[in-house]
Amino acid sequence: METILISLAGGLLQAFEPLNLMMIVLGCTVGLFVGAMPGLGSVNGVAILLPITFLVPPTAAIIFLAAVYYGAMYGGAISSITLGIPGASTAVATVFDGRPLAMAGKADQALTAAAIASFIGGTISVVLFTLFAPPLADFALKFGPPEEFALMVLAFATFIGLGGDDIPKTIFSILIGLVLAAVGLDIISGKPRLIFFDASGFLHGVNFLVLAIGIYGIGEMLWTLETTGGKVIVHKVKMSVAGFMANIRSVRTYIKSTSLGSVLGYFVGTLPAAGATPASLMSYGLAKTFSRDPDSFGKGNIAGVAAPEAANNAASTGSMLPMITLGIPGSPTTAILLGGMIIWGLRPGPLLFTERPDFVWGLIGSLYVANLFTVLINLAFIPVFVRVLTLPFTVLAPVIFVLCIVGGYAPTQTMHDVWLMLLFGVMGYLMRKLNYPVAPAVLAIVLGPLAERSLRQSLLSSQGDVLIFVERPISATCIALAAALMLYPLFLAWRRRREAAAGDSGSHPGASG
Amino acid sequence: MPTLRKFLVGTAFALGALSVSLVGPAHADWKPRKPVEFIIMAGTGGGADQIARLLQGLIEKKDLSPRPFIPINKPGGSGAEALLYLKDKAGDDHTVLVTLNSFYTTPIIQTDLGVDISTFTPIGRMALDTFLLWVHADNTEITDLDSYVAAVKAAGTEWKVGGTGSGQEDSILTAMMESEFGYEVTYIPFPGGGTVAKNLIGKHIDSTVNNPAEQNEFYRAGQSKPLVQFTPERMAAYPDIPTAQELGHDIVYFMQRSINGPPGMSAEARAWYIDLFKTLFDSEEWQTFCVEDGLTCDEWVAGDDLAAFHAEQGMRHRELIESVGAEAITGE
Repeated sequence: METILISLAGGLLQAFEPLNLMMIVLGCTVGLFVGAMPGLGSVNGVAILLPITFLVPPTAAIIFLAAVYYGAMYGGAISSITLGIPGASTAVATVFDGRPLAMAGKADQALTAAAIASFIGGTISVVLFTLFAPPLADFALKFGPPEEFALMVLAFATFIGLGGDDIPKTIFSILIGLVLAAVGLDIISGKPRLIFFDASGFLHGVNFLVLAIGIYGIGEMLWTLETTGGKVIVHKVKMSVAGFMANIRSVRTYIKSTSLGSVLGYFVGTLPAAGATPASLMSYGLAKTFSRDPDSFGKGNIAGVAAPEAANNAASTGSMLPMITLGIPGSPTTAILLGGMIIWGLRPGPLLFTERPDFVWGLIGSLYVANLFTVLINLAFIPVFVRVLTLPFTVLAPVIFVLCIVGGYAPTQTMHDVWLMLLFGVMGYLMRKLNYPVAPAVLAIVLGPLAERSLRQSLLSSQGDVLIFVERPISATCIALAAALMLYPLFLAWRRRREAAAGDSGSHPGASG
Repeated sequence: MPTLRKFLVGTAFALGALSVSLVGPAHADWKPRKPVEFIIMAGTGGGADQIARLLQGLIEKKDLSPRPFIPINKPGGSGAEALLYLKDKAGDDHTVLVTLNSFYTTPIIQTDLGVDISTFTPIGRMALDTFLLWVHADNTEITDLDSYVAAVKAAGTEWKVGGTGSGQEDSILTAMMESEFGYEVTYIPFPGGGTVAKNLIGKHIDSTVNNPAEQNEFYRAGQSKPLVQFTPERMAAYPDIPTAQELGHDIVYFMQRSINGPPGMSAEARAWYIDLFKTLFDSEEWQTFCVEDGLTCDEWVAGDDLAAFHAEQGMRHRELIESVGAEAITGE
């Protein structure tokens, strides 16, 4: 413990060296804007900025890249909330409630909540990282294919309640997502599947961001245009210091879901297979399941913004762990950080912690500092971002449209994905009109491929025996939790009915027991 | 509407900056005019991935290209995804591929893929990568090849070998061992050699045939151990580990790491890439990396010579696959 504190103090001092501090501030600011641009996620940001890092020493360089990464995680929420376009895959869950809040004129509240939740998520995870990095690295090793599959089942279970009361429509939505997730090449044999119209674009599968941007960006824009006729100015700017303080104080309304999301996000982030996107979706699902008012989720609940934002920041810290100790990047962005490390002669692996403590603790120290600076910079910029919403929707809609096209084109750079994105936009609009929940479809397309791969790997290694999922302690725990989560809404409904029945007869006032 | 004007001016600036960065001056000498897609036909953390990321970094560090190289992993279907992607990019001068041997085997095994690698544009061979047989260090009963073979025979198909996909080089090597020693194992594919290595250390699989780069750090940490190397001679990095040939089993297998462009890449672009990768090949950093990671980087093979090398290797793999049977590799 003492050695940890001494190392950490050394790391913090290192982070406060003028050059490193400058890199942190610069990195956070750049990252914030990179993350806020749809399609220009942190992957591209970090890749483009890699050359800058050759001008400074390795530790300063990796600190800079980590700061960009961190800033981008914060920034992803900005376009999700103000424009309804997920800036990055990690910020998709933020759209679910962020957009309705912005439409109700509460964009400043949502942005503040996102920033503060990100800060809490970042802080909790970096503390966990400091204290438990080596044991958690061992824990991550225990995660084989059966555990990964059980985790995916758990993730699906957290979403069962997402579609509101209409379970058949939720299941339909999940199935659409799963079918889309199956498009492309078979994971094990490499044979093409579901290549519609023999279009070669489908061989690469359906990119998850294409679906998310289509459904949320285009679909919501069409919906807003139809319902308002374009005569709406979304947000009347009334930013004041008092209002700002009130927004900060409202943190107590979402602190529970934020803390839960932070811890969950960190753990999911440390698993090489998962990453920040599933973490944020799971955190959203959990926040809703355990909310006293689950029906308000998706209609503008502040906790629905805070929970995923806390989780995606926590997961981004978490994914540094498999990168450092196993050499396996937990996300595309950490893959680029990994590239940087290899060039500087730092070989990730179980020995990096002991052989290069200066580097590892410098990185950890900088995560603390970067987190603090990013929240300050972010809060300072909120009035600027909110101003975008003062534009009339007739001006905003074309801007959203253009950003969606760019965001659909950027990941794979093919027109195929742009057309697909527009198609999903129309589909999203129709689903919205017919009152189908779209979030479960988005979840399914993210988790589908992960679940399929781990299921098939597990069954291969057990010679087709499904008991493998309950014979191993970690996966059995996940499966049991998933079963409990799936039954929880039923239990609530049953209790409500029983209470109602008890209330009618008036005999047992405290029947819930 | 001052806000709108500000916003529009800002957007115009941003677009202006973007177009400046996209449209470079048109010289007679070809140079990349936009970021180059550096396609990796395997997942993150594997040997090909590490090489691509190192090369990308060296290109930036030495300022060898006016536009950055962006590594993109396309691991699907044992590299089929990457091969199809490159095929679709015919005539494109801003995409290059880092290969594994699945460059040869995937089109042979997946006949309906419709990819003919001889149409691709060979650029340069960066290295020959090597393979060793690895087990977890806790496995005290297995100390050498004989005890390994005995253990596998005792376990039968319950013995799990991890690899990067049916048709990838590790699956071929696994099939070669199956036919040499007369046992049968269960082969489980993972996305990338790094994940395979991690699953061995986590004891989710029983053995692997990883490249040195993928296991080295775990080996140094005492978590895994090599039993035999599949090279003609012992590598400098593993002086105490016998080769399969020394033990009387004729299993030698290499993997080429080469850079290739899509079909129909322009001659000027090809010349520029050959120059670029030759510079990288000769660099001190690359040669150091080769020694540390057990890669063989003695000979630079480029352009038409590489095409000839590909043709010969393609033949050899066709024979190998026929001798062990495609079913042994795909597990069907």
